[in-house]
Amino acid sequence: MTVYVENTNSWRFQLHGALVILKKNIVLYYLKPPVLIFGVLFPVFFFLAFKMGRPITPENIVPGMVAMAVWFTASAVGPLVTPWERRAKTYERLIATPVSLQAMIAGDILSGLLFGACLSIIPVILGLILTDVAITSFLPLIAGVILGAVSFSSLGVLLAAPPASSQSNIMLLSNLVRLPLLFVSGIFLPISEMPIWARWVSPFSPLSYAGDLIAIGFGRRGYFSLWLNPLMLIVFTAILIWGSYKFHRRWRSKGL
Amino acid sequence: MVNEHNAIEVKGLSKTFNGTVAVNVISFSVAKGELFGFLGPNGAGKTTTVRMLTGVLKPSDGTATIQGHDICSEALQSRAHIAVVPEEANVYLDMSVWQNIMLMADLYGVPRKQRTRKAAELLDALGLSDRREYKARTLSKGLRQRLMLCAALVSEPEILFLDEPTSGLDVQSRQIILKIIRQLSDEGLTIFLTTHNMEEAEKLCSRVAIINEGEIAAIDTPDRLRSAIQARQYVEVVFSDNKLSTQEFESLSGVSSVDLSSNAIRVYTETPGKTATEIACLAKSKGIEIEQLCTRKPALQEVFLYFTSQDKKETE
Repeated sequence: MTVYVENTNSWRFQLHGALVILKKNIVLYYLKPPVLIFGVLFPVFFFLAFKMGRPITPENIVPGMVAMAVWFTASAVGPLVTPWERRAKTYERLIATPVSLQAMIAGDILSGLLFGACLSIIPVILGLILTDVAITSFLPLIAGVILGAVSFSSLGVLLAAPPASSQSNIMLLSNLVRLPLLFVSGIFLPISEMPIWARWVSPFSPLSYAGDLIAIGFGRRGYFSLWLNPLMLIVFTAILIWGSYKFHRRWRSKGL
Repeated sequence: MVNEHNAIEVKGLSKTFNGTVAVNVISFSVAKGELFGFLGPNGAGKTTTVRMLTGVLKPSDGTATIQGHDICSEALQSRAHIAVVPEEANVYLDMSVWQNIMLMADLYGVPRKQRTRKAAELLDALGLSDRREYKARTLSKGLRQRLMLCAALVSEPEILFLDEPTSGLDVQSRQIILKIIRQLSDEGLTIFLTTHNMEEAEKLCSRVAIINEGEIAAIDTPDRLRSAIQARQYVEVVFSDNKLSTQEFESLSGVSSVDLSSNAIRVYTETPGKTATEIACLAKSKGIEIEQLCTRKPALQEVFLYFTSQDKKETE
């Protein structure tokens, strides 16, 4: 009988735990149909449905497509993993290990971040090949994708907190949050061209800031100031992670 | 004050769900290396207790320590010493047998070399070596339960929680798991066994606790528990031809009741040895031949039924 880890509270052990959770999620959940449907196919068809018959310029299409890909893919992993594991009762096994709730949440957020960041490369490449847009500034584009993916992934993990008998209920809840925000975040139309009420609401969506940074990367003029976008994404991420921890802890202490 | 000889110490542990008391101020301890049985009817609070001790549920009140670590204030340290095999084998169905074991080893921080060696040993001991690349989905219930045991033991825990480990399993899987449990106990592993199977508890456990309606009804060695309910001890007698009457049996000293419903008559008494002698003398004096005469203690199942029904009577 051996205890391999003397100090389970060490950040090194918990970081290792988060990476093990990430690895497990990659192996088990990246290719699950709900992730592919809600994370990949859904945004593609959604965008095509909106674009058909409308005179949208390539410089609006490509950044919007990239932002939407990050939005849907990064936030799709969390709402699948936790309900799936709760239903399969594997969640209880994870809870009984020395890996902390914070590390489990970090592992799930990293899973969404990696999924969103990797899949965002596809619309970027397609945009560069099929249209005449060009990346004028890499830093805002990368910052928009990475910070956006962390923030959206945290949102997904937060949305997965309520106990649900079926994961489709959590998917429904996540779409109830994700879809309305899509319309007020400058994805289909620049924020400056949106109706006045939408312009008032857009600062409350993390997608507005990520979309703005990505648009700047493609040479479009930003709606918010350059420094405000990453700052607001960090603020949103911090609030969403805090909320995820609080809600997951609350339901977990009730054994749900 | 934590007793260093105890692997588990529970003091006044309670759990309430929306006003319903599931576990009501229970206290007990499990010594290091002990195989401790936790018995109780459905809904008695067994699983809730295990879920609190393993960190899945937060207690409403009271405290418990695992290898000296408080389950609430030092939850991560306490969980580093344990492994759990729940009743329902909750393996990752889309992972292979090997991947399932490696995942659990990785979560406990077992170094690569050790986990590979230990996993191979366990697969061999539990008869899963030839199935290591099989997806868990393809395994039967018995094989999944064996896989759960492998995944739990790969981290070489100091305390193993087993929740109904053989419930509903095929004979072969049951025998293999019981053999491993005995072996682990002999090697000094502390085992907390929750079971409905009285025969298993009686054979395996050095001590048992009976929990009923969220409270500990009795706790002791199976032998002492049987002796504790003296009135349920009995003399079993089989006559070759004629029988003694109920009145004749009841006239003997210490006899509380007589069960004549079968060929083997049961005479319940607080003093089985004395009663057996008296039965033999009485039969001899009446010229009745005795085919068989023996004294018996109640089975653990009877002890269990006695304590669980006793509590009900008291609450009514």
